[in-house]
Amino acid sequence: MYIRKFYISLLAVFSHFPKVVFAQPTPNPDTSNWLASPGIIGTILLIVIVLVIAIFILTVKASAYFTQLQSRTERNKKIEFGERLLKMDETEIDTVLEKRKKAVSYRLSGDELGSNLEVDDSRGIIAAITHEPSNPLVDEKKKSPITIDTPFHLKKMITWYIGAAVFWLVFGTLIGQYLGMKFIWPEMDTISWLSFGRLRPVHTNAVFWGWASLAMIGLGYFVITRTSNTKLYSYKLAWYAWWLMNSSVAIGTLLLMSGINNGGGEYREYIWPVAFLFAIGMVLTFYNFYQTVAHRKIDEIYVSNWYLLGGLGWTIILVIIGYLPMYQDGLGETVIQGYYMHQGVGMWFMTFTLGLIYYYLPSSLNKPIYSYSLGVLAFWTQMLFYTLIGTHHFVFSPLPWWLQTVAIVFSAGMLIPVVAGTTNFLMTMKGSWNEISKSYVLPFFLVGVVFYFVGSAQGSLQAFRFTNFIWHFTDFNVAHSHMTMYGIITFILWACVYAILPKITGREPKQIMVGMHFWMAFIGLFAYMVSLMVGGTMKGLSWIEGKPFIESVILMTPFWLWRAIGGTLMFISHLLFAYNFFYMTGGQRKTMLNPKINRPDPENRGTIYQDARNETVTF
Amino acid sequence: MLDFHKNHKLLVGTALFGFLMLSTFVALVPAFQIQQTQPLPSMETFSEEELKGLHIYVQENCMSCHTQQVRNIEMDNTWGNRPSIPSDYYYSKQRQDVWRQSPSLLGSERTGPDLTEVGQRQPGMEWHLLHLYNPRIVVKESIMPSYPWLFEVKEKSKVKNTDHLVPVPEEFLHSSGKQVVASQEALYLVAYLQSLKQAEMPQNPAVSFIPSSKEKEPVDNSVGELLPDGQNLYMNNCAACHQADGSGLSGAFPPLAGSPIVNDENPETLIRIIMEGYDARAEYGVMAGFESTLSDEEIAAIVNHERSNWGNSANAVTVDEVKEIRTFVNSQK
Repeated sequence: MYIRKFYISLLAVFSHFPKVVFAQPTPNPDTSNWLASPGIIGTILLIVIVLVIAIFILTVKASAYFTQLQSRTERNKKIEFGERLLKMDETEIDTVLEKRKKAVSYRLSGDELGSNLEVDDSRGIIAAITHEPSNPLVDEKKKSPITIDTPFHLKKMITWYIGAAVFWLVFGTLIGQYLGMKFIWPEMDTISWLSFGRLRPVHTNAVFWGWASLAMIGLGYFVITRTSNTKLYSYKLAWYAWWLMNSSVAIGTLLLMSGINNGGGEYREYIWPVAFLFAIGMVLTFYNFYQTVAHRKIDEIYVSNWYLLGGLGWTIILVIIGYLPMYQDGLGETVIQGYYMHQGVGMWFMTFTLGLIYYYLPSSLNKPIYSYSLGVLAFWTQMLFYTLIGTHHFVFSPLPWWLQTVAIVFSAGMLIPVVAGTTNFLMTMKGSWNEISKSYVLPFFLVGVVFYFVGSAQGSLQAFRFTNFIWHFTDFNVAHSHMTMYGIITFILWACVYAILPKITGREPKQIMVGMHFWMAFIGLFAYMVSLMVGGTMKGLSWIEGKPFIESVILMTPFWLWRAIGGTLMFISHLLFAYNFFYMTGGQRKTMLNPKINRPDPENRGTIYQDARNETVTF
Repeated sequence: MLDFHKNHKLLVGTALFGFLMLSTFVALVPAFQIQQTQPLPSMETFSEEELKGLHIYVQENCMSCHTQQVRNIEMDNTWGNRPSIPSDYYYSKQRQDVWRQSPSLLGSERTGPDLTEVGQRQPGMEWHLLHLYNPRIVVKESIMPSYPWLFEVKEKSKVKNTDHLVPVPEEFLHSSGKQVVASQEALYLVAYLQSLKQAEMPQNPAVSFIPSSKEKEPVDNSVGELLPDGQNLYMNNCAACHQADGSGLSGAFPPLAGSPIVNDENPETLIRIIMEGYDARAEYGVMAGFESTLSDEEIAAIVNHERSNWGNSANAVTVDEVKEIRTFVNSQK
């Protein structure tokens, strides 16, 4: 009773909000001029933003290309200069050569800067000196200016986490691509294990729990140790978690294909024993991260780690609530479903990925984050607003109207953490735009961050009752989820992988391959997204007009074709990414065999040695 | 005090506690509350076959394309006579077994039609079996997968008396001289689909659709009377069996194009079949009556559409004629 009163008072507060917040002029939507509705206009504007950014990146890249052309003309000038030299007469050449000989043969006497005293390391700063290293490969990597000295175990673990993630990405999107083609050729196969209903959760779960989660955790291990200035609490736990999570996805995939699912609630299709494996992996990871932060060698907890710990802890609670049975009969299951599927995205993927950006973006630009406080504001508002909006997946459903209204209102509130985060990232990038022409790390980040704003804001607009009226149940939802899970999460994860892997392995991928990966993924996503958005809108309008259902299936045909084309580009880009991954880690295997040679025993030198030696903290 | 950035216990503790509290407010409490919902008195529990069918429905994850919720907006009126209410899900959304929880029947995508009332809309068993074997037999443009693993293709000589034959047309059978037999699973699934109907509401004015602001424009059927759009109604109610071009499906559903009943000067038989259903010819499937689902205006519009298309030409009927026949049909009961 008390709680109900609380709800009522809370609703009373909401009812005093200006009407814009509700964004529902009336519960009686009029679709005659649907193009003029704020939700639709907002969405179109947001998509235009993405296009503008893409054009911006293209322009910078093109201008870099033109600079290259220019340098070619300069080279031609040099050749001309050489030809002129040939035409000079003998005596002139002799004087020039004499001068040059003198300059070349000049040697330093050795005491220009000080004295002739012998070098003495009285404080023991130098660990070892050798002129003949027994393992030249290790030393060679140390010389590389872009290499970060990372403990072998950590390096190996990150590589394996990302490696497994790459596998699930290729596998999961292969399935996705196959499903996309089934919209055009429904008779492609008639095998029960490959039917649409069974494969759809295989696709979503493989890319969620296989690709994104494993990549995030792998990248997170580097952040947590480095920003805590200590070594990882336990490598063993991390490996257990790796096995648990991978086997959960593998077993789950097989069970789903054989027709054993948990009841079809999105992203909790794995039956509980399978999800339990994953949950234990999450608990181990959380404990490991938490203990690493607890043993940190610096005073403050860097803001990244707030997000990493928050994301892990929240998701553990989320999974427990999502699977406990006591309140899930009847529509109770639907309440939990809305909560679970939205928080799975918001509290796990989005939160953890934001934590990764807070470290990898500034460190790859070699500058501090623009504002620590904005990051903190975004953290708490993320928790407050994101948690309350799950029911916006069930607007107009038989769920309580107040629950729907709370979800819609706080969906609008989501703009606060989104704007705070986007501002923080863009202001951090400001002044470093020339990095775009140097590598693909910043373009990946930029697209991810812009999609963070665009995708999240578009999601907020979609929660409004009017836009829901047109778009709910249509393919627009599919476009939105790819815009966010792919445009935000996946692009950011790629940025992080390209930012860190070359630095810890010492092998840069070929720029042309990374560039192809970037553009194919981007163009593919755009084709995918826009076709389903336009098609979804037309489908919704067709339903509102009361046309026979089959007409909405027929009208989607060209849009489904474009979706499949976009999806193909995306899938090919993942193959390129897999190639780049193997290229970046390929040379590493040899050094991994013998990691300890020619190195002092870290145990005797205290824990700081492992991570902090000859590094300057870059933020 | 609030030194979150230095005290990891405080930071993690606050974040987890805050999230748990918010989750309780927005998920656990409403879930517990709505679980208290009781079924409507007019609702029946599932029979054993229907429940097994529901489990096959979940196993094939039909929820990924089919919703089962009539939203309280006018456009969803196509899928049910009233918006869905929590009670509707009392029997269907129970935990399945130790391993699997309550099925997520409401769905989030309508790639295929909503199935809340499919048992009302599509009552015929033959239709469902054909549709499951290969949806394109009955709906040419359908993109639904076919489910051949729910059927068995047998040599004609090996077909037993107890087998349930499915009249699949030759062109969809890759081997001649064989016949398609529905498996027990297919029959369970169809039993479940046939059971999907909205339960009668004991007068509850609280549940109604938010009306569309757009007025429905009646179509002039050139009879002088304003009737609803007969083509639309035909597509929604009849075309699944009799096909959009009225050609029917040999061995399952009779053609309407050129049919003597449709073209009869006196429309009485045609109207009575629409109202009462039809099961007089062994070579065709059973048709259920639409007396309760279609109004007099709608029936008149459909009849006129059928009598003036695909080469058919018969005089138009009026709403009054339909009304008269309805009164007669009711008096026969």
